[in-house]
Amino acid sequence: MVKYIIKRLGIAVVTIWLIATLTFCLMNMVPGGPFLSEKAVSPQAMAALEAKYGLDKPLFQQYLTYMSDALHGDFGDSLKQRGRTVTSIIATKFPVSARIGGIAVLTAFCLGVPLGCISAMNRGKLGDSIIIVIATCGIAVPSFVICTVLMYTFGVKLGWLPTLGLSSWKHYIMPVTALAFYPTAYITRLMRSSMLDVLGQDYMRTARAKGVNRFVSLFKHALRNAILPIVTYLGPLLAYTVTGSFIVEKIFTVPGLGGEFIGSITNRDYTVIMGTTIFLATLMILMNVVVDVVYKLVDPRIKLK
Amino acid sequence: MKENPNPLSFQARISPEDFLPASSEEKQSLVIMRESVSFWKDGVRRFRKNKVAMTSLAVVILIMFFSFVVPFFYPYTYEQQIRGSEHLAPMEYSEEELAQKAAGENVFPHVLGTDKLGRDYAIRVMMGSRISLIVGLVAAVIILVIGSAFGSIAAFFGGWVDILMMRVVDIIYTIPDILLIVLLSFALKAPLENLAMVPGFGWIQVLGRNLISIFIVFALLYWGGMARMVRSQILTLKESEFVTAARALGAGNARIIKKHLLTNCIGTLIVTTTLQIPSSIFTESFLSFLGLGVAVPMPSLGSLASDAINGVNTYPYLLFIPALLISLIILSFNLLGDGLRDAFDPKMKN
Repeated sequence: MVKYIIKRLGIAVVTIWLIATLTFCLMNMVPGGPFLSEKAVSPQAMAALEAKYGLDKPLFQQYLTYMSDALHGDFGDSLKQRGRTVTSIIATKFPVSARIGGIAVLTAFCLGVPLGCISAMNRGKLGDSIIIVIATCGIAVPSFVICTVLMYTFGVKLGWLPTLGLSSWKHYIMPVTALAFYPTAYITRLMRSSMLDVLGQDYMRTARAKGVNRFVSLFKHALRNAILPIVTYLGPLLAYTVTGSFIVEKIFTVPGLGGEFIGSITNRDYTVIMGTTIFLATLMILMNVVVDVVYKLVDPRIKLK
Repeated sequence: MKENPNPLSFQARISPEDFLPASSEEKQSLVIMRESVSFWKDGVRRFRKNKVAMTSLAVVILIMFFSFVVPFFYPYTYEQQIRGSEHLAPMEYSEEELAQKAAGENVFPHVLGTDKLGRDYAIRVMMGSRISLIVGLVAAVIILVIGSAFGSIAAFFGGWVDILMMRVVDIIYTIPDILLIVLLSFALKAPLENLAMVPGFGWIQVLGRNLISIFIVFALLYWGGMARMVRSQILTLKESEFVTAARALGAGNARIIKKHLLTNCIGTLIVTTTLQIPSSIFTESFLSFLGLGVAVPMPSLGSLASDAINGVNTYPYLLFIPALLISLIILSFNLLGDGLRDAFDPKMKN
């Protein structure tokens, strides 16, 4: 177990280092520096700026400096937003994305699991067909379609919900719905197929035969086994949703980390690009490791290689 | 042939009766009653019975017809700006066109209206779905080639080759794809533009550099799943007798992989490739929506939807048509893939 965790963490560290290096190279491939767009910068001022942020040094040296700073937890200052460190930017933007994403994942879980169960238990009946049709359509709809349809119906036509910003609970409804839509449909389908699998197992028949009532057999035997695939899906899902969906944040102008990431790339804000990429990647990768370990703890039948 | 009384004897003990012609009853048992059902026929039969899959296949063919064939006969082109016909509603004519009609000329109606620059929206939507389909199909082929080659080589050679190659897949799998796609599409813009200037690489300009960077991203990141799938199949297949037989007949490694192993997991390959198409289309529309997709004036369903967002109050149909179409394309490819899986690879169903 410990060996497995150490091995997984090792791969995670290698991956994060790879991503950081790759990002550094890619970023420097993009023509135009961070100070180009500013109006009428004199060559002297430009040189001073570059010297201040160490951009005049050879690339490899910049890379080494950045990496050693990053290892010490210092991600540098933003090149564009004067006087703000990358860490403080992440610290203010991430909670916003995390809150919306967290609520969305919770919603998806609380809706998807019961829907999948209901659908599996009424296999072939009308309810099952309705749920499965909706879920199948649900995974085919890209998030920008959901966002725009929601915004048009509830924001513009009906005027029930505010479309911009995040100042009250009402503002949360649309971004959360948009983010939760796909995972709900996916979890419903996953839950249905895994539930059907479990319901067909011998131990379910045994439980019924020895007189365990339907309710207990469902919760004690079926649900506990059927929920395992959902657990594996939940980890990466949480990581992806919590780190902010680029599209949802763009459409509903949510001041989250996803929007910050896109913005920093267009602005060539080198340090912010590096910082957000490393932060997001680390979060996603660690989440995957955690899920695999939790999976093993929940289900002792799974052998870790 | 008589039973040999001594089980340890190697003598054949053949009697002359063994060489007599077979009787008619004996011949009867060897007659093939009906043609044997091959893997393909069986699969196709199962697929035909599946109504949902057949319907989605019909929808896919219809969409392909509209995006690849119809634009050749269509009287408008996707970049043609018609003066005075800006922002027409579906089936509406501008004043000039009405005058032309009154003069007895034949004016083709704007079936889906026009956009803010007076371009016919129907042809733009058709071209947009053409881009989406091309992206989906080409990406699927790239992933198929890289993934199956990588997976089969890893599984076939085993040992440290397998461990090393699968570790690479593990790492690629954990790289957050959207992050890297966004970064790469920005970073690849300039090098591709420079490359397009080099003689012999002019086709880059035609295809659009964003489209190419999307393909590069797919080729770099998305074949991990395919490689794992192929590897797990080949790990069991390579122990089969026919591989030993082929080896005994002197077949080389490359031939065994190509002719024997990969052809035996063709079902998995087809299904995984088909299911890859909608996810590539999904990603492309996402990128186009963020403005990282195909270059203007070439439309894509994602960029059409993105352009329409600002005018959604007044011209909602400009948004809903591409949005609906992209959902329809993804849905029908998903259902088609599911149907193919049920027909050709029933084991994969979970």
